[in-house]
Formats: sequence, structure tokens, C-alpha cells
Amino acid sequence: MAAVSAVLQSEWTKIRTVSSTVWTLASALLVTVAMGAALCALLQSTFDDLSEAERATFDPTFVSFSGMMLGQLAMVVFGVLVVGTEYSSGMIRTSLAAVPQRATFLFSKIAVAGALALVVGLATSFLSFFLGQALLGEHRTTLGADNVLRAVVGGGLYMGLIAVFSMGVAAMLRSSMLSLGILVPFFFLVSQILSAVPKAKEVARYFPDQAGSKIMQVVPDALNSEKAPYGPWGGLGIMLIWVAASLLGGYLVLKRRDA
Amino acid sequence: MGLWRMIEAVGLTKRYGAKTAVYNLSFHVRPGTVTGFLGPNGSGKSTTMRMILGLDRPTSGHVTIGGHPFRQLPNAPRQVGALLDAKAVHGGRSARSHLLSLAQLAGIPAQRVDEVLGVVGLQDVAKRRSKGFSLGMGQRLGIAAALLGDPQVLLFDEPVNGLDPEGILWVRNLMKKLAAEGRTVFVSSHLMSEMALTADHLIVIGRGQLLADMSVTDFISANSADFARVRTPQTEPQQREKLTAALIEAGGRVMSEPDGALRVTGVPLPRISDLAHDADVRLWELSPHQASLEEAYMRMTQGAVDYRSTEDQLAHLQQPQPQHGGYGTPPQQPVVPEVPQQGWYAPPPPGQNPYAAQAQSEPAQKPEDPR
Ligand SMILES: Nc1ncnc2c1ncn2[C@@H]1O[C@H](COP(=O)(O)OP(=O)(O)OP(=O)(O)O)[C@@H](O)[C@H]1O
Ligand SMILES: [Mg+2]
Repeated sequence: MAAVSAVLQSEWTKIRTVSSTVWTLASALLVTVAMGAALCALLQSTFDDLSEAERATFDPTFVSFSGMMLGQLAMVVFGVLVVGTEYSSGMIRTSLAAVPQRATFLFSKIAVAGALALVVGLATSFLSFFLGQALLGEHRTTLGADNVLRAVVGGGLYMGLIAVFSMGVAAMLRSSMLSLGILVPFFFLVSQILSAVPKAKEVARYFPDQAGSKIMQVVPDALNSEKAPYGPWGGLGIMLIWVAASLLGGYLVLKRRDA
Repeated sequence: MGLWRMIEAVGLTKRYGAKTAVYNLSFHVRPGTVTGFLGPNGSGKSTTMRMILGLDRPTSGHVTIGGHPFRQLPNAPRQVGALLDAKAVHGGRSARSHLLSLAQLAGIPAQRVDEVLGVVGLQDVAKRRSKGFSLGMGQRLGIAAALLGDPQVLLFDEPVNGLDPEGILWVRNLMKKLAAEGRTVFVSSHLMSEMALTADHLIVIGRGQLLADMSVTDFISANSADFARVRTPQTEPQQREKLTAALIEAGGRVMSEPDGALRVTGVPLPRISDLAHDADVRLWELSPHQASLEEAYMRMTQGAVDYRSTEDQLAHLQQPQPQHGGYGTPPQQPVVPEVPQQGWYAPPPPGQNPYAAQAQSEPAQKPEDPR
């Protein structure tokens, strides 16, 4: 039986020796930080144009994470490619011939890639926070303020979990193209659009991205958004259920199907 | 491991939906020999290899390596090395990184990676992305991966595919060397001629079923039948019939070739000449030939070929050609159509086609083990 430490080491070698790792994670970080900074600068200059309610619920922490809406897509691509290229290249057969224990193989791969995504996610959220606060001027908050540290760490967790969720989906669908074709429109369009439609938003708030992003809000219902029936940790819990479901699905597919 | 039957398949069957890829296949592969695994396209060679490696689950039956199902082997990469598909590599990764990731799985030191890169001759391109590799370079990388763990059991799915003659010779010698070291080498191929040079033992399948399981020596002695090619004047077809009748009467077997020549077995050359003389038939050709192993192999599998090519008629593409008497083809002579189904291959030695009975009545039955 291949030792778990050996599989982890091998998966780390695989991840660090392909260029897609660098460009997906770098764009996740850069896009999030840059877009967050731009929005902070914009809000700082147009703060007085905000409505009364929006000003009352202004959440400088959450605002500095605005770039994640786009940056998370790069995390999705990272997660999908880590698993999907095993299938598209046919490498999966070589891998499974070497590690016949499929659970060890899949979860080691996801552990390594998930840990890397988490580290990059944390770096992204801290950078976004500090840069955003610097640009918000007198509307800024500090890391020591109530709940702010939880939100910033939560931002990193959110990015990491989005990547892990995508890995599970790719393991279920066994194809990078198919997984991207479903996940990218889902996170970028479907989830955002549904959250604006009256009846649908009741459902949409239980989607992984919407529920998970609650952890990044310091002010409940920030910027006069809809009231959610769960708190920040409850939201993260809902996201974790999604992640667990996708991992379980991915594992079952890998276990049952021919490679 | 010291087992006589290193790889053992018992009643292996694999269905993909309605398609039966492998049916009731039983065989074993011994250590210290190169065992060739032959079959036409789509006959189930790769599927069998995947089942041996625990990648595809058999619909029924089972296969073991050293007595264990693959998935239960302790440290599989140190015991079994396989080349399944040369292209199954992440193109963005260098050859060395690819092998390193595989080595780490089995706790193989990194020096071994450089060692096998040297063995397969890829050391100069080790740092290059495998995306740019030629088919032959990819094949070498796959062989390197199989050799990495210095395993006792080696599986190669069409290893010479895409290799140049030097590479083919190298693979052939490598297989023999590995077997001489006491390892179990199981290698698939389409080419009988290649296997006759490389393998000690043959397992032939067609449509997922066993057609033959015998040593190469047995195969050669059973199939390298001599035959005579006899040609009578094309202008006089009745002479051809007369000679055919005389030859059959003398106990020979006669088959016709597409160009009108006759293939005769069971009658020695001088006797053919005498018979022709007695029948008052002139001969334009009387030559000795030996059937190639490739022909014997094709005859064995011809009933089990899934994908058969047909003559490209080019019906709508070709300009009508002015008829002219071609070289050796008198204009009035009707051209014999080349019908591959018709048995114009070398006929088997009289009364001993070792597969005919098997292939037709009990295709999945393993022949009697000679030991
Ligand atoms: N995953 C699969 N799903 C469906 N059918 C399959 C699958 N794998 C193989 N087959 C079918 O099973 C049959 C045997 O295929 P296989 O690849 O084992 O043949 P092969 O002997 O390796 O052929 P070749 O010489 O062309 O490599 C083929 O008809 C193929 O279409
Ligand atoms: Mg094949």
C-alpha cells in the first residue's frame, strides 16, 4: 500500500511542475486584489452618493473583498485543472496503477491542492484587506476591530473551499471542459442572477458561494443586502456541506467507474 | 515471488454496455519468458491489460498477479511496471518531473529517475515538456516509467508502436533481457513477425476470446508450411483446370491466388512438374515458397477481425481511364477481384490446423497445456 506521505509528496511534485498552477493561482490573487482595490478607491470617492441604508450598513472589510467575485473563477479553474488534467491526459491510469487505493490517491491530491489554494486564498484576502483599507481613507476599519479578523481569515477559507469544491466536481465529471463549462457560468452568472430574482433568491442563498461568502461580512447584511437566515459560521457550514457532497460524489465516481 | 503462474486470468469477461470486449479469457503468464499477446484491432488486448492492472473491473472472472488481485498488492509500483498508453502524460510536465512524481509514489530515490532516463535514451530531453515529444520519445518515456520500480512483472501495450528500427531492436533486446533476468514480461502487439522474434510464448485473441496459447516454436513448426506456386498459361484457362484436377487426384491441396496462380501443398515440386507433363499442361511458373508467420497469424484471426478494410472504389472521384493492356494483364482476361475473405493464404499443413476446430467450435477453450 502506497504510503500516504509518499502520495502527498508525489502530488506536490505534480502540482508544482505544471505552469497552470502558477498562472491560475497568480490570477486568483492579482484579480481579487486589483479589483478589490479599484472598488475601494471608487467607493471612497463616491461614498456620499450611497443611500442612507447603504451608508448605515457600510462594511469596509466586505467591500475590500469585492474582487473575489471574479478572482474565485481562477480558483475554480485551478481546482478543475488539478483533477481534470489527470483524465484529459490519461495520466489517471498511470496514477491509479501506481496507487491502487483510489481514496488515498484522490484525497491526497485534494489535500495538497486544497492546502495550496488555502494558502494563496489567505494571502489574497489579507492583501485585499490591507490594500482596500488603505484606499478607503476615513471609512476604513482595522484588523483589531470586532469580527474583522474572522472575516479576513474567512475570505481565505472561502477561496480555498471554492477550489476544493471544484476538484470534487471535476472528479465527478471526469473532464476539465465539462466541469469548467458548468462551474464558471454557475458562479459567475447563474448564482448572481438568481440572487436578484425574488423567489429564486430564497434558494440561491443556499448555494455554496452565496452561503460561504457570509463569513466575509463584518456588518450583518452588509451594504443593505438581503437578510440571510444563517450567520457567518452557519453560511460557511452550508458551504462545507456542498464541498463534502462534491468530494463524496467525486470519490464514489472514482471508486466505481473504470479508469 | 517464485510463482509459476505469475499473471493468471480466469474466465475474464468485460462488457461495456452491450459491447463485449473480452469474453471468458483464461491464460497465465510465466516468469522468465517474454509472452506475446496478439490480436487484431479491438480484440481486447488493452482491455485485458487494464483489468490486470485493476483499472477496469472485470464483469466476471478474475485476474491475479503473484496470487493477488492488483489492488491488493503491497507497494504495487515496485512489483509491477506497465506501459499502457505512451500519450498518457501531462504534456506540460517535463519527462523528469513526470517520472519523479511516479518515483515518489513508491519511495524510489530520485537518482533512479535519472538512471532510467539514461536507459531509454531520454537524458538530453529530460527537462523538456513532454508535449513536444514524438511518438517514439513518448513510447520511451512510458517504458522508462514501467522500469522505474525495477519490477518483477512488466506489462507493455504495443511498446514498439511509433519506434524507428533502431528503437524496435532496442525494445526487442530489452524485453529479452528483462525475461532472462527472471522477470515476467507480457507484451502486446499486432505484428506476428515482431513477436516471433521477441517472444517465447504466444497468447492470441480475437474478438476478446482466446484463439491460441502456445510456444512460438510450436507456432512456427505448425505454420511455416512450404507451398509451391504454379502458373499455367493465362490464355488457356482449361489447362489450369486440368492441372488442378490432376494435382488433387495426386493428393495435393490447391488454392488459387488473386492473380490466377495456384498454391499447391502436399505435392513436391518435381512431382508437380511430372503431373503437368503427363497432363500435357505447360507451366509458366513453378516456384517454392514458404508461408510467412504473418500469413498464418492472419489466417488464424481472419474470422475474428472486427475492422476490415475494403478496396477504396473512388467511384465518384476517378476519371474514366482509357483501357490499355497492362503489364502482364492481357486485355481480354477478366481481372480476378481481390477478395480477402477467400482463403488464399497458405493452406495449413494437411490435416493439422491447430486452431480451426478451436476457433470455430469452442473459441474460449484453452488448448491442452503441453506440460
Ligand atoms: N471504455 C470503453 N467503453 C466502451 N467500449 C470500450 C471501452 N474500452 C474498450 N472498448 C471496446 O472494447 C473492444 C476492445 O478494445 P481494446 O482497446 O481492448 O482492443 P485492443 O485489442 O487493445 O485494440 P488495438 O489493437 O486497436 O489497441 C473494442 O471494441 C472497444 O471499442
Ligand atoms: Mg490497444
